[in-house]
Amino acid sequence: MIPAGFEYHRPGDIASAIGILQEHGDEARVIAGGHSLIPMMKLRMAEMGHLVDLQGIDELKGIDIGAETITLGAMVTQHEMITHDGLAVAVPLIREAALQIADPQVRYVGTIGGNVANGDPGNDMPGLMQCLNASFELSGPDGIRSVAARDFYEAAYFTAREDEEILTRISIPKPGAGVGQAYEKQKRKIGDYATAAAAVMIGNGQASVAMTNLADTPIWSEEAGAWLAGGNIEGCVAAMLDAIDPVEDNRGPVEFKKHVAAVMLRRAIDRASSRAG
Amino acid sequence: MNDQTLTAEERAANLKGMGCARKRVEDVRFTQGKGNYVDDIKMDGMLFGDFVRSPYAHARVKSVNKEAALALPGVIAVLTAEDLAPLGLHWMPTLAGDKQMVLADGKVLFQGQEVAFVVAEDRYIAADAAELVDVDYEELPVITDPFESLKSDVVLREDLEGQTEGAHGPRKHHNHIFTWEQGDKDATEAVLAEADVVAEEMVYYHRTHPCPLETCGSVASMDKVTGKLTLYGTFQAPHAIRTVVSLISGIAEHNIRVISPDIGGGFGNKVGAYAGYVCSVVASIVTGKPVKWVEDRMENLMSTAFARDYWMQGKIAATKEGKITGLWCHTTADHGGFDACADPTKFPAGFMNICTGSYDIPMAYLAVDGVYTNKAPGGVAYRCSFRVTEAAYFIERMIEVLAIKLNMDAAELRRINFIKADQFPYQSALGWEYDSGDYHTAWEKALKAVDYDSLRAEQAQRVEDFKAGKTRKVLGIGLTHFTEIVGAGPVKNCDILGLGMFDSCEIRIHPTGSAIARLGTISQGQGHATTFAQIIASEIGLPADDITLEEGDTDTAPYGLGTYGSRSTPVAGAATAMAARKIRAKAQMIAAYLLEVHDNDVEWDVDRFAVKGAPERFKTMKEIAFAAYNQAIPGLEPGLEAVSYYDPPNMTYPFGAYICVMEIDVDTGEWEVRQFYALDDCGTRINPMIIEGQVHGGVTEALAIAMGQEIAYDEMGNIKTGTLMDFFIPTAWETPNYTTDHTVTPSPHHPIGAKGVGESPNVGGVPAFSNAVHDAFRPFGLVQSHMPHDHWRIWKIANNLGMHG
Repeated sequence: MIPAGFEYHRPGDIASAIGILQEHGDEARVIAGGHSLIPMMKLRMAEMGHLVDLQGIDELKGIDIGAETITLGAMVTQHEMITHDGLAVAVPLIREAALQIADPQVRYVGTIGGNVANGDPGNDMPGLMQCLNASFELSGPDGIRSVAARDFYEAAYFTAREDEEILTRISIPKPGAGVGQAYEKQKRKIGDYATAAAAVMIGNGQASVAMTNLADTPIWSEEAGAWLAGGNIEGCVAAMLDAIDPVEDNRGPVEFKKHVAAVMLRRAIDRASSRAG
Repeated sequence: MNDQTLTAEERAANLKGMGCARKRVEDVRFTQGKGNYVDDIKMDGMLFGDFVRSPYAHARVKSVNKEAALALPGVIAVLTAEDLAPLGLHWMPTLAGDKQMVLADGKVLFQGQEVAFVVAEDRYIAADAAELVDVDYEELPVITDPFESLKSDVVLREDLEGQTEGAHGPRKHHNHIFTWEQGDKDATEAVLAEADVVAEEMVYYHRTHPCPLETCGSVASMDKVTGKLTLYGTFQAPHAIRTVVSLISGIAEHNIRVISPDIGGGFGNKVGAYAGYVCSVVASIVTGKPVKWVEDRMENLMSTAFARDYWMQGKIAATKEGKITGLWCHTTADHGGFDACADPTKFPAGFMNICTGSYDIPMAYLAVDGVYTNKAPGGVAYRCSFRVTEAAYFIERMIEVLAIKLNMDAAELRRINFIKADQFPYQSALGWEYDSGDYHTAWEKALKAVDYDSLRAEQAQRVEDFKAGKTRKVLGIGLTHFTEIVGAGPVKNCDILGLGMFDSCEIRIHPTGSAIARLGTISQGQGHATTFAQIIASEIGLPADDITLEEGDTDTAPYGLGTYGSRSTPVAGAATAMAARKIRAKAQMIAAYLLEVHDNDVEWDVDRFAVKGAPERFKTMKEIAFAAYNQAIPGLEPGLEAVSYYDPPNMTYPFGAYICVMEIDVDTGEWEVRQFYALDDCGTRINPMIIEGQVHGGVTEALAIAMGQEIAYDEMGNIKTGTLMDFFIPTAWETPNYTTDHTVTPSPHHPIGAKGVGESPNVGGVPAFSNAVHDAFRPFGLVQSHMPHDHWRIWKIANNLGMHG
């Protein structure tokens, strides 16, 4: 649990951070809260010559609740999201899910940007962002572009982000009045990755469904959402079970995970529906 | 003056002696981060060691190339078996009569085995250099199943090839270690053959790990000028370590000083001798500088001592009315690559022969076969007294299985079979003499406390509701009545490496009436500095707050066998009382001299000797202490101190009744402990608050073990649960509330009647949780399933019983 040596950088703005990434190519990685990257470095499964710490970049901070859109800076911590009253009113799902992430100490440091950018299929926020139809702002040498969360994840730890880009901001369309949301997660203990988790948003004739840690990316299923919007829960569950592809691990074999996935999804649907007005 | 106005009760209360819920004196430094652990030790010029470990579970080591590592600036040395061989230190003896490689000698037998030891100027360079050591392995077939191992042609221990005799008798196969038999086989089998009812099951207690908060480590410092070796380390038995180091290194024992500083939990993990200790010593001898080695969490889980891994095939015979007539057990014990169990020499399967439990079972037979596999060595007593947890789990499962077979309530079946209060001292069929107990009283108190009959009614209703589709949760009531055997032990039958398992205490009273006591044990969180001072306070009438307690430095403390197996209170606690009584005996003579009466004309009164019939004429212990240092008393040496080496006449047998009420979601396998009631009888209670803390901690460890904690391997021998991501340690979130209770049945042979309590909650807790899971599914047809009861295994039970529709 001793990492290999590295150079530490702490740029003060996004442009400088991108500059360091350009200079060192794949030798460099940005670090936000570090809860995924540092353990990997200590296991020597991730070794890089240059670590670019984003803690000193003010423009990556802040939560903005707009009329149509909610914007989260990439360096907003889970704790800041949990304690932000406006966010809790606008998108209660985020607070509900963030409270399921790790423990308070981790949530003081762990960031939304790091959580969604790393591409770890165990992380809770990516599925949530897909459910909410969020988009990610990526800043790179060629400027700023936006990628939908639903298009961002390619495989475990592989995303649409280029090596020299930084995920800087997350935009979430503000859910309309009457929309109900729920996040249901089964885990072995507090702080654990999900055995299965489901994010559900339903209301006003529309629905969106995404699941976590049941494939090598989060799974958002347009078909499952369509079934649910039409009031067909069994159709929704069947479509989602078809879309996920869990693998056996210490949490259990595939048949168990599929069973639990359906249970979590049904519970999330029930709870989201009860909140929809 | 206070002494004259206070009542005897008030004076006793001021002492904070036995029975007082005195706050832990250790916590002043621990809660401020001021403890001094091995990794806190810093010495001038100190070097750091790190291991190169095998990624393979079974492989030949063809070569080790150190060149690149040695070329790294700051690297001092890279040690391999070849370097240790000339010193005879490439292998070391284990506590179980086997030997173990310090560094891989031609092959490796488990994943994580130590292959080379890198020594560098700082910890980071050591880690970098370990990466640069190039080891050429040739993979060999891997055996992770002990039953397979006994059939396999693959020879795991080539060094033992052709040896048909082991440390504990004949070896039946090249992967077989020992067979240990207790009881009467033929007579037991005859009872089984003629019984009304025989229940038979395989009870598996899975492999787990003590996982103390602080991992293992050592700092060795060889002073080449004085020839003295100082060795700091995470040792639960510092004195025994000094003797072992002397025997294997050839350094005279008086030139070795072993110090156990503060230890952050042991739970058996820190009893054994590890490669890291040996390598730090050798590296310090070679370099002439202090060398520190501290393992990380993954190294701790993969290489230093595991616990359990017992496959216990059981048969239990009874009459139709439920009177047990016989018990049979054959255990296949997976010891891993080396037999490094830490048991008394004559007990290669520890005290597994306490497996008749709390029950009057007239005939029994036990056989244990120890087996080598490609797993880490160990088999230590994880918060337990030498396999008592395995034994208690076995009998408490077999009772439940028998209750199912008899279609009888499991509480009633226990009641019918308990050893009765008037049967003590009780001779068990497997050779133990239980000192004291009153099981029926404890049992009835426990059942009443949880309102057992109402729980059963609620459970019956729940079964109906489940069948009617009204709920998806089932309710389990987990019962356990355990009997421990602790306080090893009488020298006549208990030794480790030939060292008798007595223990010791030395007390020195200072002139002003304060004191220091030193013991052969070492606290790892048990609170010895608090409780042993209370024993002394009650025995000699000086306030516990005025008594310092020291352990762990072999240059100052009297020799003792250390702390594990709940032996500190039964053995060292007894030595403490006996040493204190020697002091009191001398104090009586001093008091009589000062009061100008005959020795027999004074009597002890809480904190003083008073003239019989004239209580206003007295000398307090404080006054007597001063007199011991300033008066020339005819026939008495000056000073006031004593030492006692206590060889216990018998073990002590704490017991308890635990009941767990658990809700289980059959669709997800999730569980919730709704209620946990723990009644402990540990004899005389020294500090109720510390007992309660021990019970809370031990039950929480039991929860972990029963409900998810395991060391699991895949078929290639790769450890699957090598980090705290997967190795279950409950947080506050998963930890239920506990209700603690007690009865008091003192040990008749212990000077203060105390029995020990630290391990009871682990011993009793595991079957209570596991029985709750089983009990929840009993109405649906479950008889037996294996721990750990994590979500998917519980789900699988429900699935197999057709409860998912």
